Amino acid sequence: MSLFSLSRFAAVLFKEFVQMRRDHLTFGMMIGIPILQLVIFGFAINADPHNLPTLVEMADESPVARAVLSGMETSDYFDFVGVVTGAEAGDAALREGTANFVVVIPPDFERDIIRGLSPEILISADASDPTAVGAAMGALNGILDTAIRQTLTGPLAAVAARPAPFSVVLHKQFNPEGETAVNIVPGLLAVILAMTMVLITAVAIVRETERGTMETLIATPVRPLEVMLGKILPYVFVGYVQTAVFLVAAQLMFDVPFTGSGLAFFVGFNVYIVVNLALGFLISTLVHTQMQAMQASFMLILPTILLSGFMFPFAGMPGWAQTIGTAIPATHFLRIVRKVMLKGGGMADITGDLRAIVLIGLVITAISLLRYRQTLD
Amino acid sequence: MSAESAISVRGLTKVFGANTVVDSVDMEVPTGAIYGFLGPNGSGKTTTIRMMCGLLTPDGGEGRTLGHDIRTEARAIKENVGYMTQKFSLYGDLTIRENLDFMARMYGLKNRKAVVADTLCALGLEGRGNQLAGTLSGGWKQRLALAACMQHKPLLLLLDEPTAGVDPKARRDFWDEIHRLSRQGVTVLVSTHYMDEAVQCDYIAYIAYGKKLIDGPAREIPARVGLTTWRVDGPELIALEDALRADPRVEQVARFGAQLHVSSIDAAALDAVVCEWTQKDGTHTWVKKDAELEEAFIYLMTTSADNFGQTGAAAQ
Ligand SMILES: Nc1ncnc2c1ncn2[C@@H]1O[C@H](COP(=O)(O)OP(=O)(O)OP(=O)(O)O)[C@@H](O)[C@H]1O
Ligand SMILES: [Mg+2]
Repeated sequence: MSLFSLSRFAAVLFKEFVQMRRDHLTFGMMIGIPILQLVIFGFAINADPHNLPTLVEMADESPVARAVLSGMETSDYFDFVGVVTGAEAGDAALREGTANFVVVIPPDFERDIIRGLSPEILISADASDPTAVGAAMGALNGILDTAIRQTLTGPLAAVAARPAPFSVVLHKQFNPEGETAVNIVPGLLAVILAMTMVLITAVAIVRETERGTMETLIATPVRPLEVMLGKILPYVFVGYVQTAVFLVAAQLMFDVPFTGSGLAFFVGFNVYIVVNLALGFLISTLVHTQMQAMQASFMLILPTILLSGFMFPFAGMPGWAQTIGTAIPATHFLRIVRKVMLKGGGMADITGDLRAIVLIGLVITAISLLRYRQTLD
Repeated sequence: MSAESAISVRGLTKVFGANTVVDSVDMEVPTGAIYGFLGPNGSGKTTTIRMMCGLLTPDGGEGRTLGHDIRTEARAIKENVGYMTQKFSLYGDLTIRENLDFMARMYGLKNRKAVVADTLCALGLEGRGNQLAGTLSGGWKQRLALAACMQHKPLLLLLDEPTAGVDPKARRDFWDEIHRLSRQGVTVLVSTHYMDEAVQCDYIAYIAYGKKLIDGPAREIPARVGLTTWRVDGPELIALEDALRADPRVEQVARFGAQLHVSSIDAAALDAVVCEWTQKDGTHTWVKKDAELEEAFIYLMTTSADNFGQTGAAAQ
């Protein structure tokens, strides 16, 4: 009696492949869902987010400079989370996703205003999430105008009245054209995979219980791990096809760039697929009918869409929501995809999120193997 | 294999909700025997069999199957048991060959291709290996399921109503196969509702309401039930049957072709009845006969009535 039998594993694997091939619904899901979702989300979704994390580099500590910042903060769009020095640090934060904006107040800002030299405030924005940047930038001109007028009073009021006492230079990074689709689309991959991978495995296993074939299956000496791996691997293949369809469609419809490391993407999405399949397996141990499996999968999809940073910028969510979001695999995969596709990231950039997904996956696998019943009780 | 019983369980009990579905069942199945498992619908046969092969955890009692503890050594049991479920539970969306191949892999059989080909051949399904199992007729599904669970040459076969819906010719072939296996030392526990199958068993257990009412060698069962039976020949049996049924001293009247079998546990009371009838009408011939399994079971079944109604009432 071996602990793991290749023969039994192969039995489950081949069986599952054949069943999948004969099930037209699986194929429909594989091809149809990515395209359908791309069209719906890519063209339709928009939002007006607030409290976006912002870093400041203050080369001038004058009252006017401070008034500009406090004006930005009271607008609710920006949330100053820290101070940086040097363009390097700011760029790193944007790449990491810890900040959406870096505001740079140039040296002698106040003096230059009074001299009428029209100094430039530089704002670097992570435009890979254009909804976040767009709304905030739209509001910015009004915010700054008000701030200036309120500070420059008395003899300086004349300065404030001059056209353009200073200017704002917006430097959009990662998605210079600010296309919403460019941001939505990579995130959508995370959501689509979560949706189909979880559902497909959960249903594939519960179907055995519903049709009674589970009795034959567990009357054989098969072990839980053999069943789990044999059931999961064929759907990894489905995940591959879905991702391929998705990437091609995204390229054709929205011209989404792919700037980073292919390896990092490959590693990330493999791990992500497996974790979702394991989650599907876990659901199958909690429900009894295919209908319940479907409902459970859809319930899981809601937090995935709302709390992963797909719909709303993750950094702009309240703390409790971020805590929940951190436990969702999609949150991390979303970051990986955005980093790799839009920000040119490589393996080094994704290790943190990769580790998080693996950890979530291990927990899920452990629970499902514990829950998996080898009896009919 | 040791000389001990293939299956030996004590006090086996299973409770579903408020219903005790199997109630302290003891059973001893000798190695190499054909053991018939009988009982009305809902009496707990399937549940008992599932506990014997580790598919259900007993709520009480203990036992060993093929020398392995049914609670803790289920996997060792499963390696050497062929279990045929009552409901068809192979994969309907796989072909016949794919199903057999799946089972062959599950038991890690050598020469898998050859084994599967042999099984198909023995089934007489060589030409239909690529047909989806779900599209087979009911009887053929049973035959496929049976073949699938025997492929790995198990030491013990647990067959849950294997011949339900199978035509008479296939049933005879099936029983020939069972006897052949038994001669080779394979133990067979088979549940059935057919009397002609029960009589082919070496041992029999009868269960009702989850309780075992009787068990033992098949030929001893009628004597143990203790039924006295008279065979009646003659005209207008229907009128006679009605009259006899109305008589409280007659416990059972059963029709066998053009004869009536009239039985009772109380031999003296029945003698009196026979005496009265032979005196008041001479058209019928009454012959006392040896008790047979068939009458014994009809008797057991009618006295234990319908289990389903009973448990249903108890649940309310
Ligand atoms: N999983 C379950 N949950 C609740 N009740 C169950 C379960 N399985 C069986 N039962 C009940 O246990 C009783 C015995 O069922 P079982 O299938 O063992 O009977 P059986 O003797 O095999 O009947 P049949 O001849 O109809 O196959 C029935 O009343 C049934 O409703
Ligand atoms: Mg049954």
